[in-house]
Amino acid sequence: MNAGTLFGLCAAVVIGVGVFGLIVNPHPLRKILAFNVVGSGVFLLFGAIAYRGAGAGLGGDPVPQALLITGIVVAFSATALAVALLLRLFDETGSVTLSSDAPARTGHDTDAH
Amino acid sequence: MTDVLNIGLSVLILGLAVWTIVAREAYAAVVGFIAYGLLLTLVWVQLQGIDVALTEAAIGGGLTGALLIGAAARLRGTETAARAERPRSASRCLAAGVSCAVAVALAICVLALPEPAPTLAPEVLANMAVTEVGNPITAVLLAFRAMDTLLEAIVLLFALIGVWSLAPDRAWGGRPGLLQAAGPNGMLAFAARALAPIGVVTGMYIFWIGADHPGGKFQGATILAAMWLLVMMAGLADAPPISRSWLRGLLVAGPLAFIGIGAVGAVQAGAFLAYPEGFAKPLILVIEFALMPSLTLILGLMLLGAPQRGKAP
Repeated sequence: MNAGTLFGLCAAVVIGVGVFGLIVNPHPLRKILAFNVVGSGVFLLFGAIAYRGAGAGLGGDPVPQALLITGIVVAFSATALAVALLLRLFDETGSVTLSSDAPARTGHDTDAH
Repeated sequence: MTDVLNIGLSVLILGLAVWTIVAREAYAAVVGFIAYGLLLTLVWVQLQGIDVALTEAAIGGGLTGALLIGAAARLRGTETAARAERPRSASRCLAAGVSCAVAVALAICVLALPEPAPTLAPEVLANMAVTEVGNPITAVLLAFRAMDTLLEAIVLLFALIGVWSLAPDRAWGGRPGLLQAAGPNGMLAFAARALAPIGVVTGMYIFWIGADHPGGKFQGATILAAMWLLVMMAGLADAPPISRSWLRGLLVAGPLAFIGIGAVGAVQAGAFLAYPEGFAKPLILVIEFALMPSLTLILGLMLLGAPQRGKAP
């Protein structure tokens, strides 16, 4: 089987696995992880498409490959921002639950709701 | 032989992706994710994307992994409470159905991709000579799709501002991260002293070689940022307070130089980010040299997170 098709199918399954984790795992950090799994699956799918565009002596289409580099860096910045939000939530409330019936919060952060 | 390698890689990647999702402890899941990122690097090599492989190894596996490991260690105490919130089995079955549908739909799309595949490779090669750059990916990043790269640099800067703005009021303007108190003669300090010079040279090499071979400013900047973080973790240097004007100046210098050159292009060459004829290579080098310190600082500071310690001592 062609490497592009093989890794394209692999990417499809990785995205499915990530979507499952994103829905099922209640912990926000695990959701961020699952989101990164989905993201890397999308990158891999895009990379497989870039590989199919090989031509003119190049092993892959350089335009999607350049966009992939941009994508990976932007995904890191989004993850860093999400983690910072999560850690601030933890510092303020001592828990990180996303549940709507969370226990009452304490003290100075009542306006944060 | 290659087929066996590719199938083995796919199986390992799928296994690690599943592990990242189902592992009981977040810490174990993050370790799985880092291994997954490193294996993905091999896949990029198999898919002929060496530049992407370098980026994946440095940022996708390395920096993201370090960031998530730190968060997992701090949030360890919250995991028991979260486990009680696991959805009931009915909704888990529904989630499994949804994700299977997503995977199957994507797989059908993969199998139905048009033949021959559309490609821009011949156009890139035909026009690359104008930029005098030898690496087609650098030509795309800094000439043909320079707008993407400019916006990316600005997104990174905005994300860092977002991270900083999460600081509590008393720590605003202070130093990010916690004070590291590793012993000055410990193993970590030794590693930081021995490894950092090698890492800095490697990072600069990957940055410089990027014009003609796989490499470039993002990969190089990530390695430099990693060396900076190593030195800080070993307690040999402290993070700068975020109120320092030299720091803020360096952070915006790269994107500002990029915008400035783009504006010159609007006047001289008729379009924003167009390079005047014959000046493409020098202007690309100026942009890369201006972006490099900004990217290094942004990536390192983003990993350190919001300021934690007040300005006082």
